Amino acid sequence: MCPPLSTWECALSIVATNLLLAASDSDSGFHAPSIAEFFPAPLLFGGTPFEINRIIMVRLITAAILIIVMVVAARRATLVPGRGQNIAELGLEFVRVQIAEETMGHNARRFLPMLTTIFFAVLAFNITGVVPLLNISSTSLIGMPIVLAAWVYVMYLAVGIRKFGLGGYLKNNLVPPGLPVFLYVLVTPIEALQVFLFRPATLALRLTANMISGHLILVLCFSGTQFFLFGATGILKGAAVVSFTAAIAFTLFEILVAVLQAYIFTLLSAVYLNMAVEEEH
Amino acid sequence: MDSTTLAAVSGNVATIGYGLGTLGPGIGLGIVIGKALEGIARQPEVAGQLRTTMFIGVAFVEVLALLGLVTGFLFT
Repeated sequence: MCPPLSTWECALSIVATNLLLAASDSDSGFHAPSIAEFFPAPLLFGGTPFEINRIIMVRLITAAILIIVMVVAARRATLVPGRGQNIAELGLEFVRVQIAEETMGHNARRFLPMLTTIFFAVLAFNITGVVPLLNISSTSLIGMPIVLAAWVYVMYLAVGIRKFGLGGYLKNNLVPPGLPVFLYVLVTPIEALQVFLFRPATLALRLTANMISGHLILVLCFSGTQFFLFGATGILKGAAVVSFTAAIAFTLFEILVAVLQAYIFTLLSAVYLNMAVEEEH
Repeated sequence: MDSTTLAAVSGNVATIGYGLGTLGPGIGLGIVIGKALEGIARQPEVAGQLRTTMFIGVAFVEVLALLGLVTGFLFT
């Protein structure tokens, strides 16, 4: 994220800005973070369908940055990559080798553009949760994950039906071979729920819930530190050390979670797509 | 028969519920990751494949705990 600094300096600078933010908008007395964190007051166009609040603003900024970074990395592409191109290529190769080819084999090439888009989008929208001044991941509102999950959902249904036909696709997915007949009464409805509801729903929910819990933990640590430092009296001030250490640790942990969730989202998308197109075996 | 209250819980019960809800997935994650590590230690040459499969399993187990988190917020 910030190349000239070490990881620790990087984390410290993040922590410092977060602490200032926590201090700026709280009075005395401790306010535990609630779900209201994710529904901030509108900034622009309040009351219209195009209302922009803080999270939407972060979303727009992130999208712009992601597009600019990728365009710049792609336009200056040379045979011998420079430093920036190297980093971009590292990410692209990670998606191609570790996710697409690992799970899909020979089908990988076909879905690579989609998987790459999903990976970088989710990563960029997740990582804003720990970026100073932005401080909230735009995937922590369910809208963004729903759009991505719906894309995967429509895509795997479409490629499956195009390849096997509607009947063939349903037979492949809902009627697994080699079971006693009476078990299909039980298995087929479960598989149907799985294919048509649970896969896309859990895909979206997993990402959102991870980001919500991460943000709540960070807010708790930072507002706790702020409260212990300025609100508490006597020996209780010492507790600030504990919550501050926890804040640093969780900031680093959130960076890990952001990358891991992007990986898992893309990996599961690849697995679902592969399940739809692979031959019967 | 009249009922007698022996003990009462005040505050948000969802906290307790989520604590209970993480027990199963916690055990599950331990088993998934532990077995994957065991497999990698036995056969380091298939480490990549095992790791990918492990993450798929981790994702399925993890979503159970996250459902607990979400229901805590939904059904207050």
